[in-house]
Amino acid sequence: MIRERTLNGLVLVLLLAVPLWAMFNDQPFTITLATRAVIFALAAVGLNIALGLGGLVSLGHAAFFGIGGYAMGILAHHAQTYTPVMELPFLIEGTKSMPVIWLVAMVTSGIAAFLIGILSLRTAGVYFIMITLAFGQMFYFFSISWAAYGGEDGLLIYVRNDFPGLNTLVPINFFAICFTILCLVLLLNGLLARSPFGLALNAARQAPQRVQTVGLDPQRLKLVAFVISGVITGLAGALFADLNRFVSPTMFSWQMSGEIMIFIILGGNARLCGPVVGAVVFVMLEHFLGGLSEYWHIYLGALLLLVVFFARGGLVGLIAGREVAHD
Amino acid sequence: MTEPILATHSLQKSFGALMATDDISIDLYPGEIHAVIGPNGAGKSTLIAQICGGLKPDAGRVELLGKDVTLTNTLTRAKAGIGRTFQISALAMEDTVLQNVLLGAVGDIGSPWRFLRPVLNDGSLRSKAADALKRVGLQDHAATRTSDLSHGQRRQLEVAVALTLKPKAFVMDEPMAGLGAEGSKTLTGFLDGLREEAPILLVEHDMDAVFALADRISVLVYGKIIETGTVDQIKSSKAVREAYLGGDA
Repeated sequence: MIRERTLNGLVLVLLLAVPLWAMFNDQPFTITLATRAVIFALAAVGLNIALGLGGLVSLGHAAFFGIGGYAMGILAHHAQTYTPVMELPFLIEGTKSMPVIWLVAMVTSGIAAFLIGILSLRTAGVYFIMITLAFGQMFYFFSISWAAYGGEDGLLIYVRNDFPGLNTLVPINFFAICFTILCLVLLLNGLLARSPFGLALNAARQAPQRVQTVGLDPQRLKLVAFVISGVITGLAGALFADLNRFVSPTMFSWQMSGEIMIFIILGGNARLCGPVVGAVVFVMLEHFLGGLSEYWHIYLGALLLLVVFFARGGLVGLIAGREVAHD
Repeated sequence: MTEPILATHSLQKSFGALMATDDISIDLYPGEIHAVIGPNGAGKSTLIAQICGGLKPDAGRVELLGKDVTLTNTLTRAKAGIGRTFQISALAMEDTVLQNVLLGAVGDIGSPWRFLRPVLNDGSLRSKAADALKRVGLQDHAATRTSDLSHGQRRQLEVAVALTLKPKAFVMDEPMAGLGAEGSKTLTGFLDGLREEAPILLVEHDMDAVFALADRISVLVYGKIIETGTVDQIKSSKAVREAYLGGDA
């Protein structure tokens, strides 16, 4: 068996090598596919903090993915139409600057995660799943009815947003941006899991009574994890919208929430690179099997069954074995 | 006269028509082990929940170091110095022994809001954890996964976690439950030495352990304390024999 740390390194090197190969062989679509996988991975790394570390089975993470997407869509739409987002009580202009859009996406999805978390964390188990799902669907139907931003048809952004010093229209440049963010977030996730916060959160998932009796509040720990998780998934949403130059209510759909969760289950719950492996496998299946049949989800379902029955630690667990308790 | 570390005064709690604890006054002095015994359904768990903050009493009060803590929750009481162990071990089973004790050390500093520095790189937390493990004799098991520990070792680990918080009083809910004769004997010896660290309110069914350890015993029957006294007084109490130990005990 390979050590998990080695496997993580290999996964990231491969994920970087494929688009580099594609760039030298003039295969821009492969770079776009790799970028899609990286962004999905980022969204799932976000969920993995709530689900893997905190044990919070959120079926509403598409809410944050969509909020990030719409943050990008709305700001870029106003920038391209030269209209302000709002004039009263103060003027807010649109923008094409990626860093500003990311900041707005992270803050808005963080606020949403805080509010959803405060209410949802009053419940547990299946009720938590249902409440998060309900919040996701509320955002979904709200976006459908939001005619000012395209309603059901969504919003088209003509040109990809700007990043200082880089031409983001070049596929490899946009991939580099997304890949760098993914690596930074993975680093953050790794540090978080080993920090006092990660230790307490992990214990709150396993033995909340114990956490209380050492004077720590398990609910507060879970809420903070849920917010961090929402912020990261929101950032992924903004990048996804920029990749497609399009946002639509689909980003809020419960299928999207399900897919983010599938990335984690496929790759390995609570494993650092589990979501990355899951997202890559998903995008590959979507591309290769989707080309053969529009019913490719049947094969995805079969793979998911195999993983759930025979590889509880996901594909990462299958290759790297049982997780070594923090070494 | 020495003040009690922990005391309840006329605690009452009912669930509908059932009076689970009825006018219970109990105290715990420095260096002593005060055992609470009683048959199933006597109200022991309800009493512990009220002492530790999991349940609010209908009437009466709980004092820790002379301070009224009746209206505070579990978190506040844990911070104030109640070190609790559970009947069914409440530990992070997937984590190592060291990580479980580190959780106590993090609780002791009162803030888990450190996000980027690995907990294992924090010398002060590690030394607190190592010290607690050494005191319970689990220093050689620091890297063992908690689920791989024996039942008795898990009990010791629970105490180690509580020790990191420098408790003023231990409240232990059936620590001998599930232990064999040998395990029970070992843990009895361990708890005997622990009383110097902090007094222990011990809820226990294992009468051998109770008689070996307790300085005082309170007998709880149908939510009421029917007798409090030394081991000999309890053994010779007619009321206790009739109500709990059986006529021949």
